[in-house]
Amino acid sequence: MSDKIIKNGRVVADDRLTVSLAEGEVPADIAVPAGPVLVPLAVWQARREELLARARSGEVGVWLAAGEDVAALADDLGLLQIVGLHFPKFTDGRSYSAATLLRTRYGYQGELRAIGQVLRDQFNYMTRCGFDALQPQAERYTDEQLEAAVASIDDFTQPYQRSVKDPLPLFRRVERGTGREVQQ
Amino acid sequence: MYQYDEHDQRLLDQRVAQFRDQMRRHLAGELSADEFRPLRLQNGLYIQRHAPMFRISVPYGHLASRQLRKLAHLARSYDRGYAHFTTRTNVQFNWPKLEDVPEMLAELASVQMHANQTSGNCIRNITADPFAGVAADEVADPRPFAEILRQWATYNPEFAFLPRKFKIAFNSAAEDRVVLRVYDIGLDLVRNEAGELGFRVLVGGGLGRTPILGEEIKPFLPWQHLISYCEAILRVYNRWGRRDNLWKARIKILVKALGPEEFGRQVEEEWANGKDGPNTITAAELARVSAHFAPPAYETLPAQDAAFDELLAGNKAFATWVKRNVRAHRQPGYAAVVLSLKKTGTAPGDVTAEQMDLIADLADRFSFGEARMLHEQNVALADVRRTDLFELWQAARAAGLATPNIGLLTDIICCPGGDFCSLANARSIPIADAIQRRFDDLDYQHDIGEIDLNISGCMNSCGHHHVGHIGILGVDKNDEEWYQVSIGGTQGNGTTLGKVIGPSFALDEIVGVIEKLLETYVELRHEDERFIDTVQRVGTEPFKVRVYADRQPQRKAAHV
Ligand code: HEM
Ligand code: SF4
Repeated sequence: MSDKIIKNGRVVADDRLTVSLAEGEVPADIAVPAGPVLVPLAVWQARREELLARARSGEVGVWLAAGEDVAALADDLGLLQIVGLHFPKFTDGRSYSAATLLRTRYGYQGELRAIGQVLRDQFNYMTRCGFDALQPQAERYTDEQLEAAVASIDDFTQPYQRSVKDPLPLFRRVERGTGREVQQ
Repeated sequence: MYQYDEHDQRLLDQRVAQFRDQMRRHLAGELSADEFRPLRLQNGLYIQRHAPMFRISVPYGHLASRQLRKLAHLARSYDRGYAHFTTRTNVQFNWPKLEDVPEMLAELASVQMHANQTSGNCIRNITADPFAGVAADEVADPRPFAEILRQWATYNPEFAFLPRKFKIAFNSAAEDRVVLRVYDIGLDLVRNEAGELGFRVLVGGGLGRTPILGEEIKPFLPWQHLISYCEAILRVYNRWGRRDNLWKARIKILVKALGPEEFGRQVEEEWANGKDGPNTITAAELARVSAHFAPPAYETLPAQDAAFDELLAGNKAFATWVKRNVRAHRQPGYAAVVLSLKKTGTAPGDVTAEQMDLIADLADRFSFGEARMLHEQNVALADVRRTDLFELWQAARAAGLATPNIGLLTDIICCPGGDFCSLANARSIPIADAIQRRFDDLDYQHDIGEIDLNISGCMNSCGHHHVGHIGILGVDKNDEEWYQVSIGGTQGNGTTLGKVIGPSFALDEIVGVIEKLLETYVELRHEDERFIDTVQRVGTEPFKVRVYADRQPQRKAAHV
């Protein structure tokens, strides 16, 4: 089992806990463990004052479920140092848009972590949308597999589109000729 | 035609390498079937009834002769010697081996072809007017815009896992030849009062089990904003489209739920952030891409040609073919030719390796080395000198590609249906075959005139049955194949959805039903009225009455 994550393109150890609300649990009541944690948006909203200092130090971060509007965090992005975005299934692509919005519209600069069903075959797209931390589920990959997967972050070296990672589309990023050379 | 530069080629090569590795890991058991599924789909690979099905993209339907030869080669080396041309201008192989697909992709990449995003919940192949650049009624050439948008959509990291598949089409002429209103985004190239070029933007069209026609959300979008505006649409959809139910996940459901106005407002709001940003298309980029679509080196030819007229007058078969399969061209002395893939006895859209090689040869000899796929599952040679038509006709006829039935009854649009597709309720190819055999007589077909007959094997509507003048839909009734018939659908400018005429029919009844529909038309038609005109004038009732009048009572079982 690997409790490692990929951070800025490197495999590193990580012991941050992701807190979730179980069925019937109330944000105001649950215990927020000591040490580095990611708490659900609802817990953050209910207990902002209490968690504020820990958030400023980076110990507490907030994670959003797919479909939760990133606008809910807009006012806190200056103080939060880590935000998680959840992939309930790897085929649920909402968090790609959420990441893009956090990085561009809201100018978020801290750690942006992909959590949930995070698979190596999406690492390239995730990093291009602004995730700098990728946390596959525990036991999904061996350390060796994770090391091997790091390379896939660069599957496409010079993509067509503008994205968080490439602020300019290809046609503004490189010289692509005039096209006249192909005319008959 | 667009030619790759080093960037296009590198990206494609990287994609091939990526998929090769994914396939390797899958075969080694490292990548489960579930995790592999969306990856293979986005590389065109389905698992179907008998074997994998491999769908290759043909952006806006353009094929160079060397690409056709490559497809012929793939058909021979990896399949059973033929391929299938689809209504979304893709090419499908029905019998490849799973483990061969990476190699097929590498072969395709060597001629600038791919299977990018031909399936899966992502932005699919983008289609455009097949007669772009040659049609007299064209506002402007849509292909540079289609190519620019293709590049934006290709390996787009934000929109690879949408709620559902997403299809975009461009219309660029007075006459809609792409069925614009059945697309998730329909872009209608127009000029505003100042003569500037832009798009009328439609969203939320789609067929499938809930057919809905796209609605306009923006009357005029200046072309510079094409990418940023599409991005705004996709972002709103990616965030808020339904994901709880596969059948309610298309953008059409979101647009319907919000209403086109509210949806358009949300898009505007999103767009306000990206508008005028780096995604704004530059004049230089448009010029670069447009140069690839510059007109070929036409000769200056007279509009009239006595020798040609003489051939026409002297050869009835040739004249019939010219009348049905040859279209006007904006360049004097030239014509656009449609090669029919609808010869009786072959499945609509099926084309053999030998035919693909021949089409490539014909394209080289007569049409500047290019062919175009039509969504009606035929192939066009768009730039043929009129003086070459006779020779072209003879060569095409020898290869079974000159059936003079374009737009007629046997020019059937048909999905692969139960013979190949695992989603099918019923087979569709045998229906097409039975109809083609029954109505093979060309004089009869010409008397009936223009008619669109579309067949889908299930409500996914791959055969566009909703917009056929006659639509046939396979339905399942106690594990038996039944067919629902609708009439009155139309594609083109006034796209409408057909109406079901009543209870479904058994396979062996269908030909009789078509006969009765046609008889009714022949009796009721006014001069110069097409089948659809008569249906629109008199309504469906007389047709219905005739079809069900003397139906055997024991057959009234299927109320599907
Ligand atoms: C044999 C394998 C095929 C499979 C498994 C398949 C599957 C599907 C499915 C599931 C849908 C419905 C999607 C939805 O409504 O959300 C669909 C729609 C469609 N497919 Fe296919 N299809 C196949 C082949 C084809 C072929 C051969 C063609 C062209 C002849 C085609 C063209 C289309 C079109 C035009 C639609 C309608 C899209 C719309 O709703 O706007 N498909 N297909
Ligand atoms: S309409 Fe149905 S049967 Fe025909 S190809 Fe599409 S999914 Fe298969």
